[in-house]
Amino acid sequence: MNALRLNGLLAAGLVLLALLGLALGEVALGADGWRLALQPDTPQAQIVWEIRAPRVAAAAAVGAALGLAGAVMQGLLRNPLADPGVLGVSAGAGLGAALAISAGLAAAPGGVEAAALAAALLAGGVLTALAARFREPETLILFGVALSAFAGALTSLVFNLSPSPIATTEILGWLLGSVANRDWGDLARAALPMAAGAGLCAYAARGLVMLTLGEETAALSGLPMARLRAAAVAGAALLTGAAVAVAGVIGFVGLAAPHLVRAAAGADPARTLAPSALAGAALLVAADLAGRLIPTEQELKLGVVTALFGAPLFAMIAWRAARSWRG
Amino acid sequence: MTPALEISGARARLGRVEALTGASLCVRPGEVVGLVGPNGAGKSTLLRAALGLVRLQAGAARLGGRDVAGLSDLQRAALAGYLPQERRVGWNLPAWRIAALGAANRPPRPAREAAMQALARVGMADAAGRGVLDLSGGERARVLFARLLATAAPLLAADEPAAGLDPDSQFLALELLREEARAGRAVIVTLHDLTLAARACDRIVVIARGATIADGTPREALTPAVLAQVFGLDGELIDTAAGPVLAARRAPA
Repeated sequence: MNALRLNGLLAAGLVLLALLGLALGEVALGADGWRLALQPDTPQAQIVWEIRAPRVAAAAAVGAALGLAGAVMQGLLRNPLADPGVLGVSAGAGLGAALAISAGLAAAPGGVEAAALAAALLAGGVLTALAARFREPETLILFGVALSAFAGALTSLVFNLSPSPIATTEILGWLLGSVANRDWGDLARAALPMAAGAGLCAYAARGLVMLTLGEETAALSGLPMARLRAAAVAGAALLTGAAVAVAGVIGFVGLAAPHLVRAAAGADPARTLAPSALAGAALLVAADLAGRLIPTEQELKLGVVTALFGAPLFAMIAWRAARSWRG
Repeated sequence: MTPALEISGARARLGRVEALTGASLCVRPGEVVGLVGPNGAGKSTLLRAALGLVRLQAGAARLGGRDVAGLSDLQRAALAGYLPQERRVGWNLPAWRIAALGAANRPPRPAREAAMQALARVGMADAAGRGVLDLSGGERARVLFARLLATAAPLLAADEPAAGLDPDSQFLALELLREEARAGRAVIVTLHDLTLAARACDRIVVIARGATIADGTPREALTPAVLAQVFGLDGELIDTAAGPVLAARRAPA
């Protein structure tokens, strides 16, 4: 499919889902409510613009960041199984948040988020340095697995040694992922790292297609591969870290979004970037909406919904792809 | 005339292995040089070292007369095109896009034209729109070879371009490299088929255990003594109507 048309379709879908996200929720607005929502200082306006809108925007931003990071990782590592978590950045960010919560930083506005982002940046920095040193994608994946396991173990240790069950519950809730109760300030804090990450990924895009032929062909292609590789890793780390800082650890979107669009976008990894970001945003806005609308005693966590609905969907895509491989 | 590629006294380690122990190689514009040697002799490593992909512990590697270590990515790409032995392709891009990656530093239209032209030369014009992972191994090898042809560099370095190709395509690949040399490019190619090497190359460099053993015309380089010492073969090059042919058997232990 034509790239412009595909991106247009995905963007239209995203806008539609976002409007639904503004319209639907625990409080039904009705036609009259909508008229009031467009006026200042009404309870309806507060519901729509101070509660629902930042939530929808957060879901869209986090989904876009994860989808883009996933597409960049799959392109860089030439591996359809890669996702933003593969390098251990989300596990690192999760650890940062867990440490901040158990240290009592949860009371300070943005404290946990800042800790998560700082940990993600630290992990991303280590990986960027490793990516400059080691060319083979397998090596980078192995380092990521190690980092992921180590951060996971430390997070478990925080649980293990946590003095209060309240902190434990809070950490768990955070690790499950959610965009509920986010305000514009949370989003504003994440905007800069997300924009920087997206910029780095856009810069790295032209290197991804060259990497399809392997590191050595790319090294002699004339492209500054060392710089492009570092930009891809740093960009994905920034996006993932900022996403985790806003919404906690949300799996699956980063893995699934590139696969959802690949059939339509074509095999060129650079051309999957924008559609993956849009698809990721749409997926997460839809998942958040589903979490709000499915009647459960406690609102379903975003991370739970994405995996619950995403996994079967993903299996279906894999099924169809496998059939086409068999020809 | 400045050699397009020159590497001398090269010593390099790959992990714990002494891969190069003093190898030398020189390729001038207009000539096809064949790099031959048994498995593990260091052919690929020598080629990669000459292109700056393996760091030398001793010796010097120059492309177009300039130290390869001091070249920028862009300068190096302008001086050498490289076809690695590795044939893995990550994503199922159409064949023409793979071939066009050889001309990635040109604008899209000329790059596409160069790619289509190169695909036509390797007999893959009809497959230009097919996914490269949907092709057979040999067809994919030809598409990757077309990518090398589409580069504009004055030196073409091809690591085992004949591997996995049917006999006709092997001759075709070497014939295309000879055409490039006639057009003024320098060509270095590693080969296992000594008959093919003797027919297609102006000069043959024999290496064993990381060091250059012989360097000369096919007749000068592939003597019965070299065949015995380096390859463990009892035989010689004999002339036929089609060109030289290696007639050999394993040397008795």
